[in-house]
Amino acid sequence: MLKNFTRLLIILIFVTTTAFAELVIDVQGVSQPTPIAIVPFGFEVISPGAPLDISAVIKGDLLRSGRFAPMAENDMLQKPTDGADVDFADWSVLGVEAVVVGKLIQQRGSDAYTLQFQLFDTFRRKQLIGFRMPATRATMRAAAHRAADMIYEKLTGIKGVFGTKVAYVTAEQQPDGRLYSLIVSDQDGENDYTIVESKDPIMSPAWSPDSRQLAYVSFEGSKSSIFVQTLRSGNRFQVSNKPGINGAPAFSPDGRKLLITLGGINGNPDIYVLDIASRQTKRLTTHRAIDTEGAWSPDGRYIYFTSDRSGGPQVYRVSVSGGSPERVTFEGSYNARPRLSPDGTRLAMVHNDRGNFRIAIMNLERKDLLVLSSGQQDESPSFAPNSDILIYATRRGGDGVLETVSADGLIRQKMASGRGDIREPVWSPFERF
Amino acid sequence: MSYYKMSAIAVLSVLLVGCSSTPVPDPEPTDTTYGGSNDGAYTSGIGGDGMGDGEYFDEAAEADEADEMLGSVIYFDFDSSAVRAEDQDLLSGHAIQLSQNSLHNVRLEGHADERGSREYNIGLGERRAQAVRQILMIQGVNASQIQTVSFGEERPGSMGGSDSDYAQNRRAEIKYTN
Repeated sequence: MLKNFTRLLIILIFVTTTAFAELVIDVQGVSQPTPIAIVPFGFEVISPGAPLDISAVIKGDLLRSGRFAPMAENDMLQKPTDGADVDFADWSVLGVEAVVVGKLIQQRGSDAYTLQFQLFDTFRRKQLIGFRMPATRATMRAAAHRAADMIYEKLTGIKGVFGTKVAYVTAEQQPDGRLYSLIVSDQDGENDYTIVESKDPIMSPAWSPDSRQLAYVSFEGSKSSIFVQTLRSGNRFQVSNKPGINGAPAFSPDGRKLLITLGGINGNPDIYVLDIASRQTKRLTTHRAIDTEGAWSPDGRYIYFTSDRSGGPQVYRVSVSGGSPERVTFEGSYNARPRLSPDGTRLAMVHNDRGNFRIAIMNLERKDLLVLSSGQQDESPSFAPNSDILIYATRRGGDGVLETVSADGLIRQKMASGRGDIREPVWSPFERF
Repeated sequence: MSYYKMSAIAVLSVLLVGCSSTPVPDPEPTDTTYGGSNDGAYTSGIGGDGMGDGEYFDEAAEADEADEMLGSVIYFDFDSSAVRAEDQDLLSGHAIQLSQNSLHNVRLEGHADERGSREYNIGLGERRAQAVRQILMIQGVNASQIQTVSFGEERPGSMGGSDSDYAQNRRAEIKYTN
């Protein structure tokens, strides 16, 4: 009893830390990124000093996307903050295809601001977006990401993910052993905070479809169990604590169920559907082999999972109502941890590519496999909610670090590691409020 | 590995003193091991006497000692959960320890190397823990004394990415919890 109590004390919830502040160290973009100018934003503020460099946030987002080449501030012939002052000739002569201008206006004597911006097509001399939104000091960064999302979508036709979040696990060597932390940050690495930490391993984080909760596996007390934790409050509840394996949670598209892997006392991992409210479980697979890593199709009709029933691990698919599974992957000796793109067209997995474990993506209609990463131990692919980018973990200098790659393989981002071993990144859904 | 064998025999001998009437299966032909080892004098001396002076004992301490002397880690080949022949004696020693002391419990911790997918590796680690569990149960250990947990690749025994690191990480650990 006392032992359990001290163990509870070891698990701290909501501790702020910094995992990787200088996030991006390298971007490989498309061969001809669109030239764009993000003019420094104006500040009509009462209290001295700008609360946030808005244009730097927007510029960073667009640069990291790999699809844009933001112009250096020194090369700008003019720096308007209002659309009316934009001289199109000054921009088109420099080859700039789009210009963003804007300003931050502080309301009198309070923590209330208005962020406004305009996007122009310099060749057609036309305003594409004019938008203003309220912000406080706390929400200003999110407001800047929202502006970047709108600009990105207008110019590429792809929904932006700059306002989304990423969860990941870190393991840090400390004098008295390893410390495992589950961290949530903005997708650019800013605003990171630890939602749970433990001396025992934490693994397999999974977002709820409304972005408000994370399910994860914890080995507190040297046995596995699955928790669901609400991000805002830090409250968590245990949803599975059976003998043997409790693993691989994945929320259903409606958020009411979890796919989980249970091993039982005899250690035969199979996939179950857990109803979160009633805690009732329904078994989906019954094979003697390892069946694990269940993933929902976005329409909720199918479950994709890893099974080594044919010898090595391959991806299979079974109807959510049961029945006999069908094999999905045939290329290579090792295909595991399937993840469906949110648009349902593609399947990402860990694939053994001539001895190296790499991230591969399969078009579910054409069935062709494209290897996207180039490491030796790449793992845990997770799609951004726009289905256009994946984040995954790789190894650099012995430590786990994160990388992103566009689904066509053309754009890559390497992220710097701030501390320890980073693994199991999972991209949040689009935020819903 | 011969260290394990010697230690196993040493523990067997200690157990013989405690319960001399209970037949204890010898995993190896006795003479060769006794005669050949430096510890042979000590172990064969007690064993040959049959009736020692008696001693106070503490089961928990003995469990710890058995744990320590027997060795508590066994290793596996790549993509395999088959217990190697050389580890059978070690497991037999634990099986005897557990079947004769029903109050003792063990946690079998299965591990995998870091290659591949994490949750799949949890499955591989569990297979290793279960392989050890089956051997203990066949040798008379009650299922209720055994708990298994797989840490997959989450708790590597050796950091680093060489083949020998991986070999150190593909393992099962036997931990006495009571």
